[in-house]
Amino acid sequence: MTQRMDDAFAATRAENRPALVTFVMAGDPNFDTAKEIVLGLPDAGADVIELGMPFSDPMADGPAIQAAGQRALKSGQDMKKTLELVRQFRAQNSGTPIVLMGYYNPIYIYGVDQFLADALEAGVDGLIVVDLPPEEDEELCLPALNKGLNFIRLATPTTDDKRLPQVLANTSGFVYYVSMTGITGSALSNPTNISAAVERLNKHTDLPICVGFGIKTADDAKRIGANADGVVVGSVLVSAVEDGVAANEQPSQIAARVHKIVRDLAEGARSSR
Amino acid sequence: MTSTANSLRQGPDEMGRFGMFGGRFVAETLMPLILELDEAYKAAKADPSFQDELDYLNKHYIGRPSPLYFAERLTEHLGGAKIYFKRDELNHTGSHKINNCIGQILLAKRMGKPRIIAETGAGQHGVATATVCARFGFPCVVYMGAKDVERQAPNVFRMKLLGAEIIPVTAGQGTLKDSMNEALRDWVTNVDDTYYLIGTAAGPHPFPQMVRDFQSVIGRETKEQMMEAEGRLPDMLVAAVGGGSNAIGLFHPFLDDKDVQIVGVEAGGKGLDGDEHCASLTAGKPGVLHGNRTYLLQNYDGQIDEGASISAGLDYPGIGPEHSFLKESGRVEYVPIMDDEALEAFQLLTRLEGIIPALEPSHALAELVKRAPKMDKDQIIVMNLCGRGDKDVFTAAKHLGVDLEQ
Repeated sequence: MTQRMDDAFAATRAENRPALVTFVMAGDPNFDTAKEIVLGLPDAGADVIELGMPFSDPMADGPAIQAAGQRALKSGQDMKKTLELVRQFRAQNSGTPIVLMGYYNPIYIYGVDQFLADALEAGVDGLIVVDLPPEEDEELCLPALNKGLNFIRLATPTTDDKRLPQVLANTSGFVYYVSMTGITGSALSNPTNISAAVERLNKHTDLPICVGFGIKTADDAKRIGANADGVVVGSVLVSAVEDGVAANEQPSQIAARVHKIVRDLAEGARSSR
Repeated sequence: MTSTANSLRQGPDEMGRFGMFGGRFVAETLMPLILELDEAYKAAKADPSFQDELDYLNKHYIGRPSPLYFAERLTEHLGGAKIYFKRDELNHTGSHKINNCIGQILLAKRMGKPRIIAETGAGQHGVATATVCARFGFPCVVYMGAKDVERQAPNVFRMKLLGAEIIPVTAGQGTLKDSMNEALRDWVTNVDDTYYLIGTAAGPHPFPQMVRDFQSVIGRETKEQMMEAEGRLPDMLVAAVGGGSNAIGLFHPFLDDKDVQIVGVEAGGKGLDGDEHCASLTAGKPGVLHGNRTYLLQNYDGQIDEGASISAGLDYPGIGPEHSFLKESGRVEYVPIMDDEALEAFQLLTRLEGIIPALEPSHALAELVKRAPKMDKDQIIVMNLCGRGDKDVFTAAKHLGVDLEQ
């Protein structure tokens, strides 16, 4: 499983460009539309897909991703269906890594062992669980690593040099650098600070460093991608879903909106070096 | 009293766990802040000058110790055990909430974090927080569900008078749990100067321990006052649990006194069969929310349900982790009381003792009304009368079919 992730970053490194990591919410605004969106992401230029596991109380997310989770839950999305979405994607795409991202409770209630077994079987490559810091590694991180799933950790501006080794210790796949203190979808912080932070992280790990929180435009992707191994975009994509829903669009039209933005962002990222 | 290996008062451990409950389930951005808070709290606890200042303010600002009152007429009426009330409703601002706020604001001051944020449901914790912020000259931001802002206009005005900024929360369902999410989002954004003054004995470690310690003044005083009044410990303690801070404050000093029976009372709302209740311990199951593992109202998929209760102060789908531990250990018995039972108890106390209780302790009172008659006359119950009912007269009137507008 780690292989698919390693291959993806080896490929973007070989092309001397940052990876484009795209976040969309599973089941937003419903299962079929989300499936159409996800299936088209690799062709639009996504190198890694982060798939949100909807949760009723997303404490680290801004309004756009909160709303996406609520739309998904309202349409009947649950963990079983999220894993089913991965399974159906994997049936058509064997190369693009999928990372499930969300909060711990739905996994805890599903049952950690069962979840890990089903996620592996479905074709998941890694997990990002926002509310599991290294202090709680025994809950899910260590069991996931044992089973061969990547556990991707967030490093933040508040993670100082003293704490960094602890944060990186059980991290695999890539490191997700949160560009600011704040919630998803806020304004981007100063690119100079971000590239300094990426440099600092590079001193501590050989893992790829992907930067997220606040990247919205092709220009953002270009600037941030100049110094990072990858850029993560999310809020701008789920906002496109929201717009499509508001305009009463068909699934294919909503998917097209998202894919268009991804193509722009991919172009930005590819021109960053 | 003594610390032995078997003591139930040892928790939490270094990981912030009470048995399997508690912990530090927070985003990485907050983790360094939680660790800093833990260090700061340990240092404060070891510093006699911190305790001196807390004692001084407890006495002269809050008005502690609160009386332990023998409810003679209620005792006579129920015809069983002797009933005492720990009268935390007489505190400054009208409830036990201030005990915690005064402790935490001293800690915030010590840590050099002058911007205070808080969540509130009905507004009692918001008022107590705005009060201590006014007293110390700190800016105060209170997150409150948009619906609650409408329903609790007097408390909103009170907070504004005290200088607080109220931010109505429309995210999610716009309830107490959403206000807590919003406060956490604020904290994650403003990490340098902000102190999150959490209102109950829940959240990531060290909050559950810290809030319990500040509230334990209730139980410590009760022990002393009981010895003075009766020369012995009570047979039973009863308190209402929402998040559980007043209850853990009363219970904790008694946990190792095996002969003292302890009962926590949850909001049964309109009954446990439907989804209109807040009985996390009776009807929920363990999960992870707001930084800790504890009993939660949730669905099959781990999505958090909304609670419902006549009492806004009990309207939270979770519960402090130490209560989850005490439930599983069997030390404390947790039972639900329905809205209409609480409302009846509310009126009973008002007429028999001339005390209008808040709807939260009215739940505890309704349980006491069931139990006292079955006990011997030489037995003793202490109930925490944790808040006064002035804030609830409009709700009570509405439920009793009285139109105050006319």
